[in-house]
Amino acid sequence: MLLSIRSLTKEFPGTKALDSVDFDLRAGEIHALLGENGAGKSTLIKCLTGAYQRDAGTVTLEGREIAPRSTVEAQDLGIGTVYQEVNLLPNLTVAQNLLFGHEPRRMGLIDSRAMRLRARAMLAEYGLDLNVDRDLATCSVAIQQIIAIARAVSLSGKVLILDEPTASLDAREIEMVFGVVRNLRDRGLGIVFVSHFLDQVFDLTDRLTVLRNGRHIVTEETATLDRVRLIEHMLGRSLQDEVLHSRPPDRGPRPELLRFTGFGRKGRIEPFDLDIGAGEVVGLAGLLGSGRTESAEAIFGLQPAQTGEARDRSGVLDLSSPRKAIAAGFGFAPEDRKTDGIVADLSIRENIILALQARRGWARPIARAEQARIAVDYIRRLDIRTSGPEKRIGELSGGNQQKVVLARWLAMNPRFLILDEPTRGIDVGAHAEILHLIHQLVEQGMSLLVISSELDELMAVSNRIIVLRDRRHIAALAGDEVSGPTIMRAIAGVDAPVEKGAVEKGCVEDAPVEAAPVGTAPVEDAPVKDMPVEDVPVEKGGE
Amino acid sequence: MNTRTLPLYVTIAIFLVGYLICWLQYPNILSTRVVGNLLTDNAYLGIVAVGMTLVILSGGIDLSVGSVIAFSGVFIAVMLRDSGLHPLLVFALLLALTTAFGAAMGWLVYWLAMPAFIVTLAGMFLARGAAYLLSVDSVPIQHDFYRMLQGAYWLMPGRGRLTLIGVLMLAVVAAGIVIAHKTRFGTSVFALGGGEATARLMGVRQGRTTVLVYAFSGLTAGLSGIVFSIYTGSGYSLGTVGTELTAIACVVIGGTLLSGGAGYMFGTLVGVLTMGLIQTYIVFDGSLSSWWTKIVIGILILAFILLQKGLVRLSQARLNAGEP
Repeated sequence: MLLSIRSLTKEFPGTKALDSVDFDLRAGEIHALLGENGAGKSTLIKCLTGAYQRDAGTVTLEGREIAPRSTVEAQDLGIGTVYQEVNLLPNLTVAQNLLFGHEPRRMGLIDSRAMRLRARAMLAEYGLDLNVDRDLATCSVAIQQIIAIARAVSLSGKVLILDEPTASLDAREIEMVFGVVRNLRDRGLGIVFVSHFLDQVFDLTDRLTVLRNGRHIVTEETATLDRVRLIEHMLGRSLQDEVLHSRPPDRGPRPELLRFTGFGRKGRIEPFDLDIGAGEVVGLAGLLGSGRTESAEAIFGLQPAQTGEARDRSGVLDLSSPRKAIAAGFGFAPEDRKTDGIVADLSIRENIILALQARRGWARPIARAEQARIAVDYIRRLDIRTSGPEKRIGELSGGNQQKVVLARWLAMNPRFLILDEPTRGIDVGAHAEILHLIHQLVEQGMSLLVISSELDELMAVSNRIIVLRDRRHIAALAGDEVSGPTIMRAIAGVDAPVEKGAVEKGCVEDAPVEAAPVGTAPVEDAPVKDMPVEDVPVEKGGE
Repeated sequence: MNTRTLPLYVTIAIFLVGYLICWLQYPNILSTRVVGNLLTDNAYLGIVAVGMTLVILSGGIDLSVGSVIAFSGVFIAVMLRDSGLHPLLVFALLLALTTAFGAAMGWLVYWLAMPAFIVTLAGMFLARGAAYLLSVDSVPIQHDFYRMLQGAYWLMPGRGRLTLIGVLMLAVVAAGIVIAHKTRFGTSVFALGGGEATARLMGVRQGRTTVLVYAFSGLTAGLSGIVFSIYTGSGYSLGTVGTELTAIACVVIGGTLLSGGAGYMFGTLVGVLTMGLIQTYIVFDGSLSSWWTKIVIGILILAFILLQKGLVRLSQARLNAGEP
């Protein structure tokens, strides 16, 4: 075993990011690390690369225990990392990037000629021949990614961690990078591949490990695991509370509150149609990057829609900015509570009145006594555990922070509230409380759009569930159709009717990457149809 | 063509075109006397601009240098008047002092994670205040060694004088070129300017590099102070007000990206000479107000900022167009 991790634990204030995780990496394998946001993938990687220090557990590399304290130290030990974005310096040349910190020198000064030669030799190993004196910024992202890999391998040479390396590449570039990665595997490196593109995982990796909520769920051979099982592992069935397994009472059709038609934004979410009934909870299900959050952000005006319109009974709504969405009676509790949801240095009171004050305008401050009254009222109603309304919100646990975020929006008395991952990073007890709260809000007639990676949670609160894949709304499930297996099958895209339906709607270009070369090449146009079949993929690839 | 070198070529082209325009009106401007004066008059500016270039390349700024130059002049003048130490010893003391001052600012910038703007603004007031503390009045420097330094020059063909301080400036620029473009330290400076987080991931020792960058700027400011005191023959605490901004202007006109990470040390020399050329032209003309220098400089800075923005757009567009 090349790299072996046992009982790795890492805690942050309020959350256990990794809870006794085991992980093994063999020399000469590509091992996928999978999980939703907050599952612990990036924490695990950061513990390996020295960005974080573990709280407990062991990491052994070639039988020797290691505890790197910086990326450089991890590199020297043999662990190299390539991240999705920040890898290299675009303002330096290709050669400078490749050899940064290891430039050949003559009499103390950098020997440009030797540097050029060595950089060229390094790239030649990867079948690249390019001018190493050009700025890195002038290279395509795929080339940059390969350069980053070349640098990481030359510095470390035992373990290569690829953290979402393909997120901004097109299909042809992905193949190029994958070719390099396979080649490295054959040379005996152990490669950890983190991605949320399942097609790529099945295409490239030998084994895979799934993490969820900071725990190790399963490690299996990729070839023997089917897609539905994998998604089941990733989205999990982790809730024990009985209440959470019940479905919300079906109260029949409701009066329509909002209607979105052809709502979409290029590059983020394909146009979708969506109705929201009064007092209805609509759940959005899908994997990370499937367009769940993107849908919510378009609706709330954070990334305003470029096509389509939104209406309520009184007419068309202007949702071009969050301010206007708030004016329309919308609220949005975002996914990343720490950076987008709370202002950590402000008190609970200040966090609660934030949106209310913003709507009134800063020229008309809410009286201090009134602020305190609102804060105390919500602390009591939502059972926020705190010593008082003046406590810094950053000192609260995750669950209580989330309640404060909810209180902020409830104070506005919105008619439509969007909750993006409302229970992320929250312990089990608070989890159930938040779900109870959602039930209560619905009783009072509020409409909600809930996004969650936990299917049980989604099923427990939603009257209807919309399934997303590849930035499209691909299925709507209601009533008896809502069940774990149906949702997972829809997400996995194994249901033939769903797949066909999507293709027929004319969304072929966005078909999953692995399918692009042959299976779903567009054949509507007569000229393409007349071509010999084997020319089609070539034509596609050459674009 | 590499988009990174373009600003340097533009800088050189502007200087040459400017010189051509001056020459068409005043053919004398090509004489070695004018060239010699150009170097002598701008020696202190050129030296401090070298330090400033390194600071800006690293993504920082140093507002203290103008005050440090004034402090240096007063320090030297007062020491020579009151202590009887040899000027060379005073120079050594001064350089140690300004270098330590710069290092301390760099340390604050790094360890307190404070914006360089704020830290060096404090340094600016501190150094200026210290200069007042030493003497409020202008202190003349009378020392044989100083007279020797002031009189030292090489005669160029055409009776132009290449003075000692002019040569010193060229030497500092040469040293700056080697440090910025030929050492690992220099590469680290570019890396920091390109992106701190990435630079750290690539193994840049951010603390050490930041301290050294500001220490170097302190060193060049001290050296510039020495040169300025030789040039003026006195030390005055009200002198060189705003020189830090002129130095920044030279760096930007020299083609260095104000936000850091891209630029050439040689460009800064051309920037300094361009600024000197404009002043020379105004002197030759005789009827123009010297404020025209500032107006032209303002226009040039604006032009360079637009050029840099345009280049960023251009390379982005090229990349999007799928150039391999």
